Amino acid sequence: MNQPNEITMHLDHALSARGASIPPETSDPVFTLDNVSVYYSDYEAIRNVTLPIGRNEITAFIGPSGCGKSTLLRSFNRMNDLIPGAHLKGTVAYHGTDIYGPNVDPIEVRRKVGMVFQKPNVFPKSIYENVAYGPKVNGTKGNLDDLVEECLTRAALWNEVKDDLKKSAYALSGGQQQRLVIARCIAVKPEVILMDEPCASLDPLATAKIEDLMVELASEYTIIIVTHNMQQAARVSDRTAFFTAELDENEIRHGRLVEFGRTRELFSSPTDPRTEDYISGRFG
Amino acid sequence: MSHLQLTNQLAGKGTPLRDRIFMWLLFLSLAIGVFTLAVLLTYVTIKGWPRLDIRLFTNMPSVRDPENAGAQSAITGSIWVISFTALVALPTGVMAALYLEEFARPNSRSQRFIEVNIQNLAAVPSIVYGILGLAVFARALALGQSVITAALTLALLVLPVIIISTREALRAVPRNIRDGSLALGATEWQTAYRQTLPAAIPGIATGTILALSRAIGEAAPLLLLGAVSFITFNPDGVLSDYTTLPIQIFNWTKDSREEFQVLAAATIVVLLLILLAMNFVAIWIRNKTQKRW
Amino acid sequence: MATNTVSETAEGLSLRQSRPRYGEKIIRFILALAAFVSIFTTFGIVISLLIPSIEFFMEVPITDFLFGTVWTPLFKNGEFGVIPLLSGTIVITLIAIAVAIPLGLGASIYLSEYASERVRKVLKPTLEVLAGIPTVVFGFFALEFLTQAILIKIFPEIEVFNALSAGLIMGVMIIPTIASLSEDAMAAVPSGLRDGAYALGSSKRQTAIKVVMPAALSGIVAAFVLGISRAIGETMIVTIAAGLQPQLSFNPLMGMQTMTSYIAAAGSGDLATGSIEYKSIFAVGMLLFLLTFLMNIFSIRLVRRFRQAYQ
Repeated sequence: MNQPNEITMHLDHALSARGASIPPETSDPVFTLDNVSVYYSDYEAIRNVTLPIGRNEITAFIGPSGCGKSTLLRSFNRMNDLIPGAHLKGTVAYHGTDIYGPNVDPIEVRRKVGMVFQKPNVFPKSIYENVAYGPKVNGTKGNLDDLVEECLTRAALWNEVKDDLKKSAYALSGGQQQRLVIARCIAVKPEVILMDEPCASLDPLATAKIEDLMVELASEYTIIIVTHNMQQAARVSDRTAFFTAELDENEIRHGRLVEFGRTRELFSSPTDPRTEDYISGRFG
Repeated sequence: MSHLQLTNQLAGKGTPLRDRIFMWLLFLSLAIGVFTLAVLLTYVTIKGWPRLDIRLFTNMPSVRDPENAGAQSAITGSIWVISFTALVALPTGVMAALYLEEFARPNSRSQRFIEVNIQNLAAVPSIVYGILGLAVFARALALGQSVITAALTLALLVLPVIIISTREALRAVPRNIRDGSLALGATEWQTAYRQTLPAAIPGIATGTILALSRAIGEAAPLLLLGAVSFITFNPDGVLSDYTTLPIQIFNWTKDSREEFQVLAAATIVVLLLILLAMNFVAIWIRNKTQKRW
Repeated sequence: MATNTVSETAEGLSLRQSRPRYGEKIIRFILALAAFVSIFTTFGIVISLLIPSIEFFMEVPITDFLFGTVWTPLFKNGEFGVIPLLSGTIVITLIAIAVAIPLGLGASIYLSEYASERVRKVLKPTLEVLAGIPTVVFGFFALEFLTQAILIKIFPEIEVFNALSAGLIMGVMIIPTIASLSEDAMAAVPSGLRDGAYALGSSKRQTAIKVVMPAALSGIVAAFVLGISRAIGETMIVTIAAGLQPQLSFNPLMGMQTMTSYIAAAGSGDLATGSIEYKSIFAVGMLLFLLTFLMNIFSIRLVRRFRQAYQ
């Protein structure tokens, strides 16, 4: 229906990296969002999102700045609880349990839903202590050496740091730090990993390593990634949700979910003109 | 407007004589303070020089023998008092700061009330703390005029300073360290205790040392708490009588005999050297650990 | 030995709290308690001043106290008119702020508007050293050096203990307080305001006086008020250098007693707990606390308002 321009052609090329084995509909969702709106005090940052997150899939959230995608991401592990005045309407169901329901402990939620941040926020401690921190605060006793090795191996970092485990994590490069944060995250044995623009502060080489790692981790974890980089979304993700910020009847901006589907289809034949404009680079 | 007039005007404005005088007046006002400091330090050093010797540390104060009198009981007394001050004020101050910075709801009414209260306490005259110590610790709790009364009073005196500087140190720890910890399923306390607090320790240490150096030079509240009586022995416990360096200096200053003025000056030099050492340690800690994020 | 690996089966999907965290609640409570120590302190100060003050005012009518011009607490039928102590406090405070306000403000303008980064790095800490000198040392310096080596040559009739030396040195002591708080206020003024003034052809002096100072005014006033509050509450300098004669006089060459030096002098003696002299300490203390409290609150409010304006 439309002439593929340079960008979409490039994206088509990138898409071939992930197989086409993704079913058209999410059959076994880990998370189900139903009419979710997130507020900062009176301000509605994102409005009425309904969305499933498939098991062992990589779901990408894309869209222009200020569309509320990071805000939405932070509601999957109740990190928004930490912001005074932030609250949520609708349900975020994790295997059928509303994580904002009564008797739900946000700390338990965060143990099952790990998070990797935009800026690699390693702790000012040794590499070993960074990985061992999660299990320790979660009450794991005994020897953590094997666990640390395993997590660092899975995060593709072990070979680079195995002789420097006692060194400060601050001595690592940005890309290594981000992989350490991923190792630290999987040490808690989460089911889901949230990634908030994990490559925003990294160079292309370090970015490529993280992307490879994500694809590898997807065999075992469910991953949700927020990214500004459409090629990245196209390269790594199975499904993509496109958000945008729109003015409502009172001229106030709110984030909205525009389109959600298999990454392949969303990039090659978007159904909504706004999605098409965005991925072909006409705005955002 | 003729060309000549215009040039004149520009030239007239270009002569910044008034501006230069203004700048030199500003500099002068700063210089007067610095100059007074220099004169003060020189004066006490020269005046105290004849008695700046080992006897100051080995001998006890004496009214009869100024030639051989020392300040040993005042030095040990200051060490006793300041140690217990630190023992009380440091944990209390750090815990209070942790609460206000990490646990209390930001901008809640109670938090703002406590905040204003702490700021006000930091500016309450120190002699008023002496009255508090006299009424509460010395008399109501019957601790008498003892090391512990002095230490508790000084602890309350420096508590606001420790709380304020600890809060600043905690605030300097980046938000994303806390987020990283909480996202791993750590509780608020685990995050505060294992991440935020350790990262803030250099700042806390610096602030605490500076607060304690204020306490060690403090005399006014102790005047009401019994430190003035003539003490010629070292404290042997928290309920012991005591004197401190500033009080001993005050006592000697009151005695108009020249030998005692010299002794006072010599003791001032000792006190200032202790303060200098404490400040040096504080600055060293600050510089050694600066810029980690 | 138990080892841990990622491969172990996940511990179920329950989101309920896996173990009770009583410790967390207890710790939170203890921390809150520590924060409340400051409230208890204020409360303690008020109570310990108030009760003996009330007892004092049952014996001495409050009007006699506030408006009486004779302060002779140690006489047999002593009079307790606080005016002489108040006038001593006022005279010495006025001298102190006459020194500290212009010098502190001048220093702060120099540091914030003129000094190069290098000069600032040396001069600012030096000024902070001045703030760290114990007041007993300032008192000694005022009495031994300023009065006996300088002032006596200029004013041969000066008394050994006099208000002038105490006030002057106290002024120097307060310079850092006023300078650093005013500098904070001026540093908070957005640089856009300065640039605007320069763009209109203002000189540095005009910019400092006509733009930066007015913009920082409430912060500067807060600094002054806090400086005055410190002068009123300062004890050791006046106790050592200004003497212990309560007298209603405005001659700075004479000795004077202030509220603080009365408290220090009376409190350091061994007064019987129930005596009227003992209670008078608290009455004077109450007046001192109220005066400084009002000034501190005023100053804290100003600073808050100022910060909000520039955030």
